[in-house]
Amino acid sequence: MADVTTPNLAQAEETISEKGASIATPRQLMWWKFKKHRIAMFSAIILILFYVIALFADFIAPTNPEKFNASTKFVPPQTISFINAEDKFSLRPGVYGLIEERDPETLRRSFKIDKTIWHPIYFIVHGDSYKFWGLWESDIHLFGLDKASGGVLFLLGSDRLGRDMLSRVIHGGKISLSIGLLSVFLSLILGIVLGGLSGYYGGAVDNIIQRVIEFIRSIPSLPLWMALSAALPPGWPQTLRYFGITIILSILGWTGLGRQVRGRFLSLRNEDFVLAARLSGARDFRVIIQHMVPSFMSHIIASLTLSIPGIILAETSLSFLGLGLRQPVISWGVLLQEAQNIRTVALAPWLMLPGLAVVITVLAFNFLGDGLRDAADPFGR
Amino acid sequence: MFVFIVRRVLNAIVTIFVISIVSFIIIQLPPGDFLTSYAASLKAQGDTIAPQQLDALREAYGLGQPVHIQYLKWVGKMLRGDFGQSLEWQLPVNKLIWSRLMLTILVSASSILFVWAVAIPIGVFSATNQYSFGDYIATFLGFIGLAIPNFMLALVLMWVGFSVFGQDVGGLFSPEYQSAPWSWGKFTNLLGHLWIPMLVVGTSGTAGLIRTMRANMLDEINQPYVETARAKGLSENRLTWKYPVRVALNPFVSTAGYALPELIGGVVITAVVLNLPTIGPILLRALLSQDMFLAGAIVMLLSILTVIGTLLSDIVLALIDPRIRLD
Repeated sequence: MADVTTPNLAQAEETISEKGASIATPRQLMWWKFKKHRIAMFSAIILILFYVIALFADFIAPTNPEKFNASTKFVPPQTISFINAEDKFSLRPGVYGLIEERDPETLRRSFKIDKTIWHPIYFIVHGDSYKFWGLWESDIHLFGLDKASGGVLFLLGSDRLGRDMLSRVIHGGKISLSIGLLSVFLSLILGIVLGGLSGYYGGAVDNIIQRVIEFIRSIPSLPLWMALSAALPPGWPQTLRYFGITIILSILGWTGLGRQVRGRFLSLRNEDFVLAARLSGARDFRVIIQHMVPSFMSHIIASLTLSIPGIILAETSLSFLGLGLRQPVISWGVLLQEAQNIRTVALAPWLMLPGLAVVITVLAFNFLGDGLRDAADPFGR
Repeated sequence: MFVFIVRRVLNAIVTIFVISIVSFIIIQLPPGDFLTSYAASLKAQGDTIAPQQLDALREAYGLGQPVHIQYLKWVGKMLRGDFGQSLEWQLPVNKLIWSRLMLTILVSASSILFVWAVAIPIGVFSATNQYSFGDYIATFLGFIGLAIPNFMLALVLMWVGFSVFGQDVGGLFSPEYQSAPWSWGKFTNLLGHLWIPMLVVGTSGTAGLIRTMRANMLDEINQPYVETARAKGLSENRLTWKYPVRVALNPFVSTAGYALPELIGGVVITAVVLNLPTIGPILLRALLSQDMFLAGAIVMLLSILTVIGTLLSDIVLALIDPRIRLD
């Protein structure tokens, strides 16, 4: 059989090169396959957008997330309108003014739209000053109202201190989105090292590591996360706390990855190319890093992507409970903490909107991971 | 079968032993022993405690002794059903948590039943009607369920209950039954409240299991034995439920064991939002006030609960699948 097919194959390759066509590399095949997965492509675009927004949060957020104003507490989300105060259509979007009202009986404050005042929204506008990436001062924002107009812009409403929710959600993304990446990176290191040891050497090492993984997976993670983060010293500065939480999340989160890596190692251990590398005198470390890891990296990236949502959800849950990050740090979980009280939620349901950001991010990561998993195996059906 | 069960039980005992060490570490983690923080909190309230009394307490808990002796004392007491003293509540820990533990088990068990009752039929449907409209809907809903954090769903349900029906949907009992002794009325009242936590906890678990069930079914559905049964003229419905589903359930049961830890975690956080009289809120409070004996005991009990649940699911699995017990 082999004698018959080989020349055919050689012939085929010859005809291809004669026609000037090139042979696709595995990377190209993966990219083509990934492109076919529409939802995954869409999710990738959304996620890139989210990360860009988080990266330029200072510039994109219309106001300083900490700027409070007692007279604008619990303003409901404003709608953008293209009809200005003179009832004429304007190409420039704007928001109407607000009148504060007080119910004479319950004394509850509420805001009514005042259609006689219309504040246009300008793009690239001077607003609150900030230090861009901690490097230079600036007060340019992507969009916002004219400072002199005296109007307010709360596209996602305002919280109990009159702070702009949109700006806070944008700034919260910095923490919530980065903690997922950082934690997954740590899990990856743990997973590759421990899973690799387990799968490459087998025997007693494998047994011990497998028992550890089984143990971690058999206990409920949320109570353990809660207990460990409660044990972080309360006097720690926020950055240290951030890293502490990240480490706790990855210590408990590497197990799934470790299993995957082990499985790959087990199946690759007896492959010819690994044997060849070993026979040519490569040391274990080199065999693992140079020969084995690249051959399953695409699978690992796919399962990494699939494990980010769990970490984002865990951080959000911990912060929501008050055990994770704390004020004045802004993360989506910290923001949701404000929505813990049902009476507050009934009064200001828009405080739950940071949850929507969490859901969209998690969904997008799940779809993206699904697409990557399919693409990781470009020869599959 | 007997050997299998013995091996599993031994395994579980080892796991519980390791859990006890982890829980003990959790108790020890905060800086200073808990009596220092106890004295500090008393001082903050304007109370003082006599140094002699403090020393007596220290003696009683064996705090001056080396760590391994402290650990043995703690485990020994626990084996006799004494989980130590909650500093915040000034009550023995086991008095505080038994009734809550029972309700936690109830909520968890009913959530598992909910998850199975929903995930199995939908998973089977998704597989037998692969790439149909219904399959896509099920997959999409599954993803959504996976993406919504438990507490978010609880919050939204509470908000809807509050703003649409004008009532508080939290808790497990109506106010009039809260401290009443058990009766038929209290029981039905409980059932009326149970469905919300069940739904909230179940949604996230369901999503994963639908996908597992669907994948298992897809593996089985093209096997020759299915074709044989079909060739013999069995109706499609009977055929599906009688043959491939039974085989596909095996990996399902084993993953159910892994789903359990997540489920219990879900019950904890949902209980905090919905203010259920289960173990979740008390764990949170204990952790926030660094009441570590209580917190350690709760983490320990929740973990043991999970291990027992996993053990049961393993045994069930061995009962329905001879390949596993003969392994």
